[in-house]
Amino acid sequence: MSLDSARQIQARFACGEVSAQEILEASFARIDAMDDRVGAFLTLMRDRAMTRARDLDRRRASGEDCGVLAGVPVAIKDNLCTRGARTTCASRMLADFIPPYDATVVGRLEAAGAVIVGKTNLDEFAMGSSTENSALGRTRNPWDLGRVPGGSSGGSAAAVAAGMVPIALGSDTGGSIRQPAALCGVVGLKPTYGAVSRYGLIAFASSLDQVGPLTGSVEDAARVLRVISGPDPRDSTSLPQALALPERLEGSLRSLRVGLIAELDTDGVDPETRAAVQRAADWFARSGASVERVSLPAIDHGIAVYYLIATAEASANLARYDGVRYGWRADRSDLLGMYRQTRDQGFGPEVKRRIMLGTYALSAGYYEACYQQGQLVRSRLRQDFEAGFERFDLLLSPTSPQTAFALGEKVDDPLAMYLADVATVGANLAGIPALSLPCGFDSRGLPIGLQLMGPALSEARLLGAALAFEHAHDYAGRLPAAIAGPVQP
Amino acid sequence: MSTTPTYEAVIGLEVHAELLTATKIFCGCAARFGSEPNTDVCPVCAGFPGTLPVLNGKVVEFAIMTGLALHCDIAPRCKFDRKNYFYPDLPKGYQISQYDQPIATKGFLEVRVADATTRVGVHRVHMEEDAGKLVHVGAAGLAGAEYSLVDLNRAGVPLLEIVSEPDIRSSEEARAYMAELRLLLLTLGVNDGRMEEGSLRCDANVSVRPAGRAELGTRTEVKNLNSLRFLQKAIDFEIERQIRVLSEGGAVLQETRLWSEERQVTYAMRSKEEASDYRYFPEPDLSPLVIDSGWIADIRARMPELPAARRTRLVDLGLSSYEAGVLVDQGELAAAFDAAAKASAYPRAIATWLIKDVTRLLNEGKLRLAELPFQPEHLARLVDLVETRAITVAAARQVLAALVTEGKDPAALVAEMGLAAMADDAALREIIERILDAHQAQVAEFKAGKTKVVGFLTGQVMRQTQGRAQPQQVNALLEEALARR
Ligand SMILES: [Zn+2]
Repeated sequence: MSLDSARQIQARFACGEVSAQEILEASFARIDAMDDRVGAFLTLMRDRAMTRARDLDRRRASGEDCGVLAGVPVAIKDNLCTRGARTTCASRMLADFIPPYDATVVGRLEAAGAVIVGKTNLDEFAMGSSTENSALGRTRNPWDLGRVPGGSSGGSAAAVAAGMVPIALGSDTGGSIRQPAALCGVVGLKPTYGAVSRYGLIAFASSLDQVGPLTGSVEDAARVLRVISGPDPRDSTSLPQALALPERLEGSLRSLRVGLIAELDTDGVDPETRAAVQRAADWFARSGASVERVSLPAIDHGIAVYYLIATAEASANLARYDGVRYGWRADRSDLLGMYRQTRDQGFGPEVKRRIMLGTYALSAGYYEACYQQGQLVRSRLRQDFEAGFERFDLLLSPTSPQTAFALGEKVDDPLAMYLADVATVGANLAGIPALSLPCGFDSRGLPIGLQLMGPALSEARLLGAALAFEHAHDYAGRLPAAIAGPVQP
Repeated sequence: MSTTPTYEAVIGLEVHAELLTATKIFCGCAARFGSEPNTDVCPVCAGFPGTLPVLNGKVVEFAIMTGLALHCDIAPRCKFDRKNYFYPDLPKGYQISQYDQPIATKGFLEVRVADATTRVGVHRVHMEEDAGKLVHVGAAGLAGAEYSLVDLNRAGVPLLEIVSEPDIRSSEEARAYMAELRLLLLTLGVNDGRMEEGSLRCDANVSVRPAGRAELGTRTEVKNLNSLRFLQKAIDFEIERQIRVLSEGGAVLQETRLWSEERQVTYAMRSKEEASDYRYFPEPDLSPLVIDSGWIADIRARMPELPAARRTRLVDLGLSSYEAGVLVDQGELAAAFDAAAKASAYPRAIATWLIKDVTRLLNEGKLRLAELPFQPEHLARLVDLVETRAITVAAARQVLAALVTEGKDPAALVAEMGLAAMADDAALREIIERILDAHQAQVAEFKAGKTKVVGFLTGQVMRQTQGRAQPQQVNALLEEALARR
């Protein structure tokens, strides 16, 4: 069984075959039937969604063009602000926080006719790779309910994989869109840094964070990217020019130069995953592309650099949660006590760990050795990528070194969890676009993700190549059997 | 000066100037003083999750302008940094400031003390955001307060921090530097100069060392200097205190001290429990700021005349350096002077009228020139009337009062008030004869050699003519008449 894509839904809505209210009811019906097992959502926005759907139906009836996502149900990662609807970051700190504004991407989706059905679970403040760091709920992988959906955008990935919504938004700081997309068998795209506005995205690491789509198909990812990308006067780091995304993606691979990243094709990668990536590379070669192995030595330092820079920025970004203006506040009458207790009670262990790491990296006496050194290696890594892109149009790697792991398997081993990001952090550090799409299943029936990376602003090329791969295979749009069965322990 | 000659003071000033931009530095909220608490606030300046700063271009323009006026190098490329610390008036838990790449560096300000001009180096000028304000209930500070209220109207108001080199050697020089800097900022229109309201703030770094020694002594930072007078007194106190500590064999502690106007002392602030490490790092939410030379040239071309240049120009017009100084130090007087002098052949006389009579009228009425219908061209015409002897100085004083407060044409006022000079010898002689007839006793005294009575008699004539006669003319005619008697 497969579900309709956003493109199909919009087309059926636009021609009057189905109403927005019917589409929405179907989406909520699937959520109601499955989400007590999957746990993708933290908050459902039934009233706001129904009001929007009725409004869309009325506008369509009066002959209005309602947009390229008209009537399409969308899930939003709960670190993106939604006006009037609680935005928690899956943290006790913001469990009751109701923003008075929409994130720019939320506004753009709604302006294109999308209907937001709810807010999805994540690792607290997007810090994690399994969504197990959520303080507010557990999300399971629809392909195997005993396994994690990946993270931090685990809720968004699971919602799309389970067919509750055709598209969702996530955020990606070190792989948080691509890794859960890979583990849940959906398409996930982290755009070029600055291509999509960060206004309203609750910051984890400002120089790495980027909003992007998780979808059932490559075409839908392109469709969402067209809607959410473009300059935003409220985000100084948003790029002044819009992405060049043609209406029809170029699916041809002829004369495309593809590099297989040697550092991510090693024994550290699960053999089944490695074999699937190799098969994908072979397919590219057969389809007219030239494929070669390429070494990007700085990739090996990616994780270390990433955890220096991301935690440093996070330590400052999360300083505002002090109990003074909003969010959790400990009941203490002295200022220092209020600060300490608020942050002790409001943040979970992984968030505290990263704030401490980051504070340390910025401290006098360590700044040069940690943060500054990190920036140095970061620019070397960027140069490595630039050199790579002089010889190659696309770089290939697995998205994740392994398929979905069992719930609880890595929670007590933060280092092992950090290594789940080994293939993905490079794109964030270099600011380049990267896409994950399904490229097979392992022997346990778990999806495997293939990562494509390109130079800055090469989204059209990435999506075109991904579309060609998707059309030639039948991995996309499959619905997992697991969610039909009972909850596994 | 109370400094004993064996010690030398070394002083540097750190000035924070709130910029007169319409909006805050990183959001669209109004940047103004005196609104109801928390009304000039939005999610950005309240540090709400997910919000991002967007730099106000006017702040950069004001910073460049100030840097140029202080003869600084303007950085072609600079950046913002985060200064991290926790305090309830700091919404984001960090202040966006500039750390190692300020927008302007290596400038100077010329300062006049007594008749000498010295040059005080300007180390750097940088942009940053102000914090909010705390209102404590039940105590003066956070410690001991029953509760404290946070007002974020000021959070995100743009500030320039202007840091001098430790080139200042006395409290007088410090005061003169601060006064000149204040005037400069007022002239540029970037700050309102109100030290009492805190929109212009000054901290002083003070140390002393044995005269002739090169290395610096341990310094203290003195805060709460919200007037030029406090600044000078606090520095004097601090210099004396440090010299006393050293002469008694003690050591000056590096600490922050506050000036108490009540007790006329500086006192140590309660020290923080740990040394502050602000963990500066580049602000990732703002791209580096690139300033091209065209922008700088454009700003330079639009800059108003600066105080130093204005003083020189006024001296070139024939004013004394004292007169030029008085006018320029009160910018609105200098502006009135320029407007009046343009329409007059007697600039020096205009300066004198402004400095003496106009200033006296303003002081008496606690008035400000800008609030009055006064037109400088009218002063020019009044001065013309005096200088061409069409009216007397005494009459002009009467006209001036009406002219300043009513803004009328002086010639019309002279006619209306009947104050045209009485220059007719025959008419004056008649009045004089009448007065001499009425004061036979004084005439007799004069004849007996008591020439002092001439003054009294002149006064009688002036009274009779309501000040319309020229005193010299009256004197001459009176002496003639007395001689005839
Ligand atoms: Zn604001």
